Amino acid sequence: MKIKVTGRLFLRFLLILIVTAFFVYPFWWMIVNSLNTSAQVFGKPTFLPVSWRWENYKEIFQIQPFGRHLFNSILVALVGTFGNILVSAFSGYAFARLRFPGRQVLFILLLTALMMPIEVIIIPLFFQMRDWGFNDSLKPLMLIPIFGAQGAFSAFMFRQFFITIPKELEEAARLDGLGSFGIFWRIMLPIAGPVISATAILAFLAAWNTYLEPLVFTSSLNNFTLPLSLNNFNDVYGQPQWNLQMAATTVSILPIMLVYLFFQEKVTDAMVNSGLKG
Amino acid sequence: MKKKSGMNRQRRVEALTGYAFVTPQLIGFVLLVLIPLINVFIYSFHNKNMLYGTNIFTGWGNYEKLLNDKLFWKTLGNTFRFSILLVPLNLVLSFLLSLYLGEQLFGSRYIRTVIFLPVVTSGVAWAIVWKYLLQSGTAGPINYCLSKIGITGPNWLTDKNWAMISVVINRVLKNLGTNVLIFLGAVMNMPRDVIEAARLDGASEWQVIKRVKLPLLMPTVLMVTIVTLIGSMRVFDTIRLMTDGGPEGSTMVLVYYIYHQAFKMFNTGYASAIAVILFLIVLILTIIQWTLRKKVSHYED
Repeated sequence: MKIKVTGRLFLRFLLILIVTAFFVYPFWWMIVNSLNTSAQVFGKPTFLPVSWRWENYKEIFQIQPFGRHLFNSILVALVGTFGNILVSAFSGYAFARLRFPGRQVLFILLLTALMMPIEVIIIPLFFQMRDWGFNDSLKPLMLIPIFGAQGAFSAFMFRQFFITIPKELEEAARLDGLGSFGIFWRIMLPIAGPVISATAILAFLAAWNTYLEPLVFTSSLNNFTLPLSLNNFNDVYGQPQWNLQMAATTVSILPIMLVYLFFQEKVTDAMVNSGLKG
Repeated sequence: MKKKSGMNRQRRVEALTGYAFVTPQLIGFVLLVLIPLINVFIYSFHNKNMLYGTNIFTGWGNYEKLLNDKLFWKTLGNTFRFSILLVPLNLVLSFLLSLYLGEQLFGSRYIRTVIFLPVVTSGVAWAIVWKYLLQSGTAGPINYCLSKIGITGPNWLTDKNWAMISVVINRVLKNLGTNVLIFLGAVMNMPRDVIEAARLDGASEWQVIKRVKLPLLMPTVLMVTIVTLIGSMRVFDTIRLMTDGGPEGSTMVLVYYIYHQAFKMFNTGYASAIAVILFLIVLILTIIQWTLRKKVSHYED
């Protein structure tokens, strides 16, 4: 009996060890080597940095406009998220609560955007952005999170939420003299807090992490976002400067990771929901 | 009579407000989703080249070319190979892990937290880090550790027998967390009394999983399978950063080929035909998913 219990305990620790090796160690290795010299990156892995070379974090801003890339990523993600929430909250509310001819058809049409992989429409989008004079700018990277699949998903989430709100709330507000806009803006939006935060988390993560769109729509170095920037730390011979790449990658991951660790339940709930519906 | 026209007016105002509220989103949808989708079909019937600016109608020309394009069939095959390796591995691991986490034993919270770390990380960052972990010789930490226990690790990313496996492992680890938590939600909702009854009847833990838990979770399993499958059809960033389609095109997948044809070779018409194929694959899978969902929610009711 005792052997059995010890055996189980051992297996549990083994599982925790394996999970740590696959899901935590890569990040630890990244941070350790962000503080090494390029030559120390490979070979025998060490638990702590060998040279504690903090200058790496200064050099990533000097070797290419990394500060600009960081700013671009923040800007694109913030504008994309804000626009996404604003546009889809309005439409989600209308699809849930306002009666107008064609409501069902229009909503189903919008839902087709949910399944549309950006990879399918990226070529026509490229030409369209070029015709609008938006190529090699951040504008496509802001517009796509607002109106693409992510926007349709947010509208869907808002609709599902507003449908559950009792009608009496609107009727009372109407008797108090509020119009449709006032009801939406002053009553409905404030109670939609949980949906706003969930959809905002998803929209922000999607905009922050996206790779294909900046690859296609931006070409000059100053318009890069972080995902493009990370793979661009090469020396004059085109060889990657591993330590700097790790420092830059750490900078790109750390803010997201801190937000995740602080708001873990919210983030995982939002992601799980989108995994089920998206 | 007067009251009725008042009602009508209110109706009209409500409808107008409704249209005003949905218009921004619908305009964006038409411009950024619907028109591009129509255009990708139109382009696919044209001999369109971005560099020379040519745009000649060729009918089914691009599709006939696809039929004879060895590289296209290779990328299609690679895409399915990627999915066939990824989906079962992802499903089995996330299913078993969610059953374990459902018991809420020591360490469960920690595991739940850390398996989600790669999910919030960008695919680019996750791929870059793993590219280094998998360096060949004894340079990468993984092969270094293997060499300490007397195993010569393979050239993970440059050997064409291993490159696909490396990419699959990377992708499984990246997305495992989502599926684990989806399963966990279903596991926590399983009727406890049924499982207890099976245990009291003397069923072994394995029998409980196979005969009771798996059937109860089957609707969720089907949903997750399709969603994971659709996701695997769209893989791009991991491949581009870890292997760049190589070695010898062994990890070249559909989206990579679309990107390559459109933005490297500038054959935008031809690339559009490949994009249409991707669209049709995703469309079929989505229709299956939506039919299943209807059945699942029916079953839940």
